[in-house]
Amino acid sequence: MGSFIIRRLGLSLVLLFIISIISFFIVTLTPGSPYPWGELNPKISAEVKANFRKKFHLDRPLHEQYALTMCDLFTGNLRSIKDDRPVMLRIMERLPATLALNVTSILISLSFGTLLGVAAARYAGSWQEITGSFVTFIFIALPGFWISYLLAIVLVTTFGVPILGTQSYGIDFPNPAAEWLDRLWHLLIPATVLALGGIAAQSRYLRATMIGTMREDYIRTARSKGLREEVVLYKHALRNSIRPIISGIGMLLPALISGAVIVENIFAYPGMGRLGYEAVLERDYPTLVALNFVVAALVLLGNLISDILSAAVDPRVRLE
Amino acid sequence: MLKIEHLQLGFTSPTDGAITPALKGVSLELAKGETLAIVGESGSGKSVTALAITRLLPTPPAVYQGGRILFEGHDMLTATDAELRKIRGGRIAYVFQEPSTSLNPVYTIRSQIAEMITLHRPDVTDIDGEIIRWLDAVGIIDPKGRLHAYPHQLSGGMQQRVMIAMALSARPDLLIADEPTTALDVTIQKQILDKLRELQRDLGMAVLLITHNFAIIKGLARHVAVMYRGEVVEYGETEQVLRNPVHPYTKALIACIPRLGDHRRRLPTIGEL
Amino acid sequence: MRSLITLLTGSEKNRPASRFLRRFLSNPFALPAVVMILLFVLIALGTALLSSFGHQWPCDPNLTNLEQKLLPPSSLHWLGTDNLGRDVLSRMLHGAYISLTVGVVAVSVSLGIGVLVGAISGYFGGLTDQILMRSVDALLCFPTFFLILTVVAILGPSLINIVVIIGLVSWTGTARLVRAEFLTLREAEYVKGARVLGQQSWKIIMHHILPNAAAPILVTAVLGIPDAILSEAGLSFLGFGVQPPQATWGNIIADGKTYLLYAWWLNLFPGLAILIASLSFYLAGDALREAAEGRD
Repeated sequence: MGSFIIRRLGLSLVLLFIISIISFFIVTLTPGSPYPWGELNPKISAEVKANFRKKFHLDRPLHEQYALTMCDLFTGNLRSIKDDRPVMLRIMERLPATLALNVTSILISLSFGTLLGVAAARYAGSWQEITGSFVTFIFIALPGFWISYLLAIVLVTTFGVPILGTQSYGIDFPNPAAEWLDRLWHLLIPATVLALGGIAAQSRYLRATMIGTMREDYIRTARSKGLREEVVLYKHALRNSIRPIISGIGMLLPALISGAVIVENIFAYPGMGRLGYEAVLERDYPTLVALNFVVAALVLLGNLISDILSAAVDPRVRLE
Repeated sequence: MLKIEHLQLGFTSPTDGAITPALKGVSLELAKGETLAIVGESGSGKSVTALAITRLLPTPPAVYQGGRILFEGHDMLTATDAELRKIRGGRIAYVFQEPSTSLNPVYTIRSQIAEMITLHRPDVTDIDGEIIRWLDAVGIIDPKGRLHAYPHQLSGGMQQRVMIAMALSARPDLLIADEPTTALDVTIQKQILDKLRELQRDLGMAVLLITHNFAIIKGLARHVAVMYRGEVVEYGETEQVLRNPVHPYTKALIACIPRLGDHRRRLPTIGEL
Repeated sequence: MRSLITLLTGSEKNRPASRFLRRFLSNPFALPAVVMILLFVLIALGTALLSSFGHQWPCDPNLTNLEQKLLPPSSLHWLGTDNLGRDVLSRMLHGAYISLTVGVVAVSVSLGIGVLVGAISGYFGGLTDQILMRSVDALLCFPTFFLILTVVAILGPSLINIVVIIGLVSWTGTARLVRAEFLTLREAEYVKGARVLGQQSWKIIMHHILPNAAAPILVTAVLGIPDAILSEAGLSFLGFGVQPPQATWGNIIADGKTYLLYAWWLNLFPGLAILIASLSFYLAGDALREAAEGRD
């Protein structure tokens, strides 16, 4: 197990390096003015422009720009065009909220996805299962922004559920529990919207894997032992099928964050998706480079964790 | 103890729903503590018969079309799921052909055998000790060290011994062994079969042995049923059948067994006889 | 159903193509999905064709009429009007054309790159393969939509930019798939035979390997179209998609954002359209995938 972790770690470092290259060059190489203001704006003196160029190393050759920008990123020298605060700081401020959102989303996806997937495999072919499959496809095809709006309207007007931001302001909560409950509500709705696609994807994937697993000989052995069908499914079949699901969490992450850009916008949730949208609006290139890098690095970390988890669940993986 | 009367079974084709008959009226009997061998070629329906006894065949595509299966007074074809589950493992246990795929690869052999024991013999307190005793009984060296091994860490012969230990650990009345040695080396085959005979004697349980190999049943099974294309074509005491086969198919099967001191240059095939 | 299959495949029931078709059509969603897709394509192309001749049906999508703004669906405006008095139905029909274009072109771009990279990686193996695949792994860590947003924001939103960028960001799935196919097929006997006979590498790829990898590639293509459509809709919604006054489904929803509580038709109809279009492609793609897998 240890050597497996070390191998994966080494691979991750290589990927991290490539990620940093991609994040930098995607923003830098894209044709377009590096200045947040218009090229021909007469109000900006040549001196201001020169200072700008110096600050962002724009007068150096590309590979030096890359190295310097990366250093700046980690030392906190890379500053946002918007408010001149270190970019890393701005990102770190949003990190807890983003983590809360993504982790919740993943948990929702995994739990419901697994339940649905096992049920779909068990009753495969029946009309209930086919209808269920159809519903999961709808989840996948649903545009996030559309369902967010519809959900927002229904929840707020009909149920009075608070949804914007992370907590309701201006309210005195009778006790900490009530306050946490309020936070939970604010978190749950965007997390659920984001999780829909994940639930659908996981359940379909698990269904397909389980159907294959159910044909294996050891399932027949398990039944011949007189075990209840639930035990056969959840203990014997699932553990063998869960491995691709867990490593699939890594696949979920980029999609989650992609979806978060829109969902955080709609629900005014102060996460990194929203930061990205704001940075794009303001043409805040340093923030964009840093954000792309950090987000991809987080996904990489997520992949690493899910690979280690899947090795823990299925002993056969450790030999790879 | 076990009585199969005119069992008819077929399989529905997934594309057009037509039913292909697999068992066309199979009748067998097995008394307590005895061994019955079912011999036949691939496709004769012997494995299907074995699985049908406890309704282990998934019912689409399998379809029970007629007949009765009586086990110690239980009508297996009308038994409820709960009754079936008690019988499976607890009264009738199975050993399958491919030990490498019949054991769950993600659980240790200890946990798989323990599952059997806790399910059917809840009164056993020292589960580890019980498992070690059974592993020892099937001939596994250093059973204590092997407790926490995963199936893929064992050789084929050992895996099959583990399967037998697992099947027997619930102390069933009937052990159904479906081609238990076919997937193993010839040298291991004899060891496993001898062990099986020894265990049956010690435990006093009945054994239903399925095989395509006529040669191994001598000394092992008192009675034999020869199956061909979904029907039992010959049935009787093994000694009798071997000496005086009646059905042409049986004669052909026996004639195909290679014998020591055989001077034939070319072994016969069923089709020729 | 059976008669339809016989009609399409003729009396030769056992050719691989007809078996594939039969497996495909046995999926209960396959036929409705294909019908919806055809409908979608016809509407989109029809609208584009008509307007290239100057005919707009039911009326000009860009014709503003402030006295008629924010009207609910009626017999005059079947889907209502937006905040500038434009007919929603006409805008949606033109939006269909945009969505179709985005889907098809973006997928073509991503397919082109993906097949090329995957083929090179899978066929030649070794260091090339390692470098390419590590890059793919790294690229996969980036949230696609965010990447697209970043580049479009810098480059400027226009139809061409959008489709090219979506294509440039989505090729990774195809590349991995093609590489996997190549790795297995490369060892096939007939490929070795061709190499021994001295056939050039690219000919081997074109004639022997690609045809066998065609089915999974087709599946990826069909499944990639709704992703592109959804991406474009998202971009439009955020204001970075095809710019107004050009109508896209995402645009209509974006425009209607502020009036959501009382002008529900600005949100419901384009949303439904996006949903149904994407759903049809996903269902068709899934049915194709099951049919393709059944073969091997």
